[in-house]
Amino acid sequence: MKEILELLENDARLTPKTIAVMLNKKEEEVEQAIKELEERKVIVGYQTLVDWEKVGEEKVSAIIEVKITPQRDIGYDAVAMRICRFPEVKTVRLMSGAYDLIVVIEGQTMREVATFVTQKLASIEHVLSTATHFVLKNYKYNGIIMDDGEEDRRLMVTP
Amino acid sequence: MTKQSNWLDRINPTVRSIQPSGIRRFFDLVAEMKGVVSLGVGEPDFVTPWHIREACVYSLEKGYTMYTSNHGLLELREEIARDLSSSYRVSYNPREEILITVGVSEAFDLAMRTVLCPGDEVLIPAPSYVSYAPVTLMTGAVPVYLSTSMESGFQVSPEMVEKAITPQTKVLLLCNPNNPTGSTIDRKRLLEIAEIARAHDLIVVSDEIYGRLTYVGEHTCIPSLPGMRDRTILLNGFSKSHAMTGWRIGYAAGHPDFISAMTKIHQYTMLCAPITAQVAALEALKNGKSGMHKMVEHYNHRRRLVMQAFREIGLPCSEPRGAFYAFPEIRSTGLSSEDFAQQLLKEEKVAVVPGNAFGEQGEGFIRCSYAASVDDLTEAFRRMNSFVKRRVNKGKILTFSFGKNESKKEGICQTV
Repeated sequence: MKEILELLENDARLTPKTIAVMLNKKEEEVEQAIKELEERKVIVGYQTLVDWEKVGEEKVSAIIEVKITPQRDIGYDAVAMRICRFPEVKTVRLMSGAYDLIVVIEGQTMREVATFVTQKLASIEHVLSTATHFVLKNYKYNGIIMDDGEEDRRLMVTP
Repeated sequence: MTKQSNWLDRINPTVRSIQPSGIRRFFDLVAEMKGVVSLGVGEPDFVTPWHIREACVYSLEKGYTMYTSNHGLLELREEIARDLSSSYRVSYNPREEILITVGVSEAFDLAMRTVLCPGDEVLIPAPSYVSYAPVTLMTGAVPVYLSTSMESGFQVSPEMVEKAITPQTKVLLLCNPNNPTGSTIDRKRLLEIAEIARAHDLIVVSDEIYGRLTYVGEHTCIPSLPGMRDRTILLNGFSKSHAMTGWRIGYAAGHPDFISAMTKIHQYTMLCAPITAQVAALEALKNGKSGMHKMVEHYNHRRRLVMQAFREIGLPCSEPRGAFYAFPEIRSTGLSSEDFAQQLLKEEKVAVVPGNAFGEQGEGFIRCSYAASVDDLTEAFRRMNSFVKRRVNKGKILTFSFGKNESKKEGICQTV
């Protein structure tokens, strides 16, 4: 199970047959395991990491520190879920330290992000304050260095 | 008027008689081509882990740019001794039984020059790594080949060793796991071979550079076998286990008599291994275990893909149990190793190394390295499959799929 997840986490394009060969298992066994993992929401999705800058796409990301008042019995969950449901919100995490939630937002323009923060996010009940940091450049994302310049430099044939 | 010299005549006849490496010859051919997928590379496709590179950059910033002792940094030797002791339960005194060298290549050269005299015989399992025979010849000694076969998994057998021994036999050379065949020698056989070595008072030179890259069973370090520590010169390094080929850092471990004699040659020829590489090796040993295990796991996944690929292509291949090479037989194509490799390169732009680069015993085989990404392996085997299909017209050849469902549309070739 763990091995399958590790392989898929690294490359979601691997087919069950390839994974089966790599792990010395039966193809059906791997198919079944993946199906179960999907049903149990252990595997929650498959995505492609895209460097949008390379195709000239204008995108703006911001990381927003959000302070909120926890509510009795449910703590931060209700407010967090309310924020999660906005499609422009990419990531929401509860943090230890000086603020409560870290929210990552993506939009087409700075104005769009600013409007979202002031009109949607900051105005949610129990949200006390926000601090917005715009992302200037992505160097590494989800474990992948955007352009690490480390292409295969080996000679074609060596002993 | 000065007399025209024929400089070739002035070159040492032994050097003159040595053939340049067959790999090199093939390299010149590949170098001019574009779009080649290479399975010809004998080194990891990972770059050296960052923590190792970073440690080395830091050492340069701190000004570690000087000579080290001839033996190498004591701290590195101590770490190597600790590693050998904890991994294989064989103990060496880091002060007099370990020598840091410029790769295993230098350690091997030193070992051979230290123990061999003209006329001595060296038992070398074949096919073998490209430098074994030439380095032996340069000492004036004679290589005696132990021909291994695909049928026996390219394993050296005790009988083979016993049969080849003459009064002149001085050294038994072992490369376990093996380059180019990927074979390993199991512990039981090694015990029997060790017994023969003891009975005939042979010195064993054991190249274990691929030891960490063992996928079936556990690696047996030869000096850890009973009575073998003192008669074995153990050669190892960091190139394969920690993806550090270009750093050129290795070591030899053995009886102080061997090591001090090797150090004499080393101090007059090399002086010491580069300090930067020594610092990097130290970092690799101290903090590189988990990274190494990850890499080994990746190789093992690819190894299985490669075995499956050869099954589907229809080329017989003994299961590689170590290193990162597969050594399939290509006789069914009716081509020689060299023709196979050249035509495959020309027609499908896939580089492999012809088996005869590893001695005449490698004829009829090719070496395919699976130190390549899964994408490259998939593409290389897809191309190799079309190539082989065009030449083989007997038996059942499956369309090579590597698990890609879309290739089903091509279906399965009919048995002819």
